[in-house]
Amino acid sequence: MAGAALRDQLSALLSSMFSQGLVDEQFEQLQMLQDEGGTPGFVAEVVTLFCDDAERIIAEIATLLEQPIVSFDKVDAFVHQLKGSSASVGAQKVKFTCMQFRQFCQEKSRDGCLMALAVVRNEFYDLRNKFQTMLQLEQQIQAYDHKQQ
Amino acid sequence: MSIGAAGAGGVVGGGEAPHVLAVDDSSVDRAVIAGILRSSQFRVTAVDSGKRALELLGSEPNVSMIITDYWMPEMTGYELLKKVKESSKLKKIPVVIMSSENVPTRISRCLEEGAEDFLLKPMRPSDVSRLFSRMLP
Repeated sequence: MAGAALRDQLSALLSSMFSQGLVDEQFEQLQMLQDEGGTPGFVAEVVTLFCDDAERIIAEIATLLEQPIVSFDKVDAFVHQLKGSSASVGAQKVKFTCMQFRQFCQEKSRDGCLMALAVVRNEFYDLRNKFQTMLQLEQQIQAYDHKQQ
Repeated sequence: MSIGAAGAGGVVGGGEAPHVLAVDDSSVDRAVIAGILRSSQFRVTAVDSGKRALELLGSEPNVSMIITDYWMPEMTGYELLKKVKESSKLKKIPVVIMSSENVPTRISRCLEEGAEDFLLKPMRPSDVSRLFSRMLP
């Protein structure tokens, strides 16, 4: 059955996201809230807002680090924002990288910050791809279920 | 004509859901907080600044609780708390402060200024029952 296959794919994707540490208990709680609280679209809304926010913040940080004189306070403020929103959505790996990134800001290390930026960017892109796949699978499952009714 | 309050102990009279004003400059956090509260049947208005919160409080009479982030540009949650507690019209509204940082001096300063509670972010569904007990009846 196509519906079961889609569900299996989604389940396997989510399992791997948890086991690889991409997402944590906070994400699980948001999913449970959606499933048990009858608020369809809640996870999609939060994930989409997070991805838009993270993309904007990463671009701002990149611009700041390109300046001849880096304002580490401003970089730190943006990293703090990204750490906050990643914690709220349950994006564990991104959150942990942000914590390390803040250390480099405290040390006023441009090289350290550039390295941390590269890591956080890769982790975010990886997570965003998986979130996009997750949302596509959910939409396909919903469409399939709707057709069966 | 008046509607009698529900008689049973512990039941909110009148049938109207408590109205929470959530204040946070992060769009992600506003969505998470609103989602958590709405799933527990609270009515939620979420705004992105202390300034907008005060504007709303000026026109909306029935706010049961304010829950605000600490660090916000222009007006911090602490500054919003002070303004609420200085207002004869608003001072009875319980205010809860949230922060991603566990700073004891910050927490005690807020509690001394009249905050009902201080929550560490990220907000979790399990925080709701704690909030509910702090609300105006």
